[in-house]
Amino acid sequence: MAASDFDVAVVGGGLVGVATAWGLAREGCRVVVLDEGDRAVRASRGNFALVWVQSKGLGLPEYAGWTIRSSNAWGGFAQTLKEETGLDVAFQRPGGFHLALSGKELEARANILKRLHNQPGIVDYKTEIMDRSQVAKMLPDIGPEVVGGSFCPLDGHVNSLRLFRTLHTAIKARGVTYLPSHRVETITKEGGEFRLATAQGEIRAGKVALAAGNANMRLAPMVGLEAPMKPERGQIVVTERLRPFLNHPVVTLRQTDEGTVMIGDSKEESIDPAGLTLGVSATEAERAVRLFPLLANVNVVRTWSAIRVMTQDGFPIYDESETHPGAFTICCHSGVTLAANHALTVAPMIARGALDTSLVAPFSARRFHVQATG
Amino acid sequence: MFKRLAETGAAVAITVDGRQIAARAGDTVAAALIAAGIDHCRTTPVSGAPRAPYCLMGVCFECLVTVDGVGSRQGCLVPVRDGMAVETQTGKREAGR
Ligand SMILES: Cc1cc2nc3c(=O)[nH]c(=O)nc-3n(C[C@H](O)[C@H](O)[C@H](O)COP(=O)(O)OP(=O)(O)OC[C@H]3O[C@@H](n4cnc5c(N)ncnc54)[C@H](O)[C@@H]3O)c2cc1C
Ligand code: FES
Repeated sequence: MAASDFDVAVVGGGLVGVATAWGLAREGCRVVVLDEGDRAVRASRGNFALVWVQSKGLGLPEYAGWTIRSSNAWGGFAQTLKEETGLDVAFQRPGGFHLALSGKELEARANILKRLHNQPGIVDYKTEIMDRSQVAKMLPDIGPEVVGGSFCPLDGHVNSLRLFRTLHTAIKARGVTYLPSHRVETITKEGGEFRLATAQGEIRAGKVALAAGNANMRLAPMVGLEAPMKPERGQIVVTERLRPFLNHPVVTLRQTDEGTVMIGDSKEESIDPAGLTLGVSATEAERAVRLFPLLANVNVVRTWSAIRVMTQDGFPIYDESETHPGAFTICCHSGVTLAANHALTVAPMIARGALDTSLVAPFSARRFHVQATG
Repeated sequence: MFKRLAETGAAVAITVDGRQIAARAGDTVAAALIAAGIDHCRTTPVSGAPRAPYCLMGVCFECLVTVDGVGSRQGCLVPVRDGMAVETQTGKREAGR
């Protein structure tokens, strides 16, 4: 192999890329992260910050196990980041709720959980359906319309922007080279090394990890991989800072460590990151007030929309190239939840040069072929 | 530190944290607080730093106070009214107030 400048080039400096880069640096790799400029579309700057387990894995039971693995690793991950950077990402795992505003909603919820649990090979989620009085003991401020909900003790949340900043601080401290405004145009493999062409010049590395979010769709085929994506827009409403009243995150509503309430969970097919559908924000806010009436006269200080990195079936893609050994894809929705896995499990596999199929085989993009031909 | 240029407008009585202060018709709550020599109207939610009205035109949100039981109103946009009860705010607002 040629003496490349770097052992691994990570393409994309979002949460997935920096978590992976940090993990690679911990394994002793010389790492470069190639990222776009400040105007890039980044899910990592606009997400809802849940480290979420309940509901994950319907249709692919291994995804539930993979998510729980990350949820369980998250506490140690946050602690290590704090030791390395002095920054606290405010990870908490008090357990989280899905709340229902009608008997019909609660029944639908129970049904989903039942279908999830009935899948062969599913790990136990420990999710339980609670009636109104049980919920009220843990969330005393619920409104009169709340009939019950589901609770999963593994659910938690973090301060997501601080996580992003902390990971960038941590990779810098570990000597990772971060190159913003280095959009990768093409990737080729020559003489045993990868050549990544950018307008700023060529970067060479022994391996390449594609963590460019939805842009993996364009990049992956250059190294014999594929990443079929279906981007989707989500909107979030943020209130002024309030005294703590919500001890558990609810899937559509959470109170941050600094007091703001974030409301969101919308899905739209639009992929315009600058647009905002006011009606969607209004619907989100209206439902939030029905869940917690004390929010009725609270001030909204921000709203935003962001584009989700979404594979066509919603499950992660982890792959290594057969035609271009040393090229990997890491692509997923829920990059906050899975950050601990990317840093502590996937990065060491890439450092070793091979994915551990016993853990990630179900997440290969080859699954899309089965569907296309079957 | 501040003094009125002229004693225009009829006298209006409002309370701040229960204490009566003399305001003038046409004052905003923020102007009345400043004229009464009150040096801060709130402390910030995260660091607890004291804050006073600043831009006086609705932009900076430094002037947040509780007016007649409703929290986080911009004092510089609310005209005083006889009998109004203003409360200064400490840290984060309590939801429902
Ligand atoms: C509204 C919303 C709510 C969400 N809520 C949650 C949640 O509660 N919990 C959770 O776990 N997840 C949540 N997510 C998902 C999570 O934010 C994403 O999974 C995660 O941020 C994806 O990170 P990423 O690094 O793959 O992508 P991105 O953050 O999109 O980063 C991709 C990076 O690649 C760069 N790039 C693209 N093309 C190139 C190129 N050619 N060369 C170099 N660089 C390139 C871009 O500039 C960008 O920096 C949410 C997402 C949204 C939008
Ligand atoms: S003083 Fe700036 S908004 Fe009121």
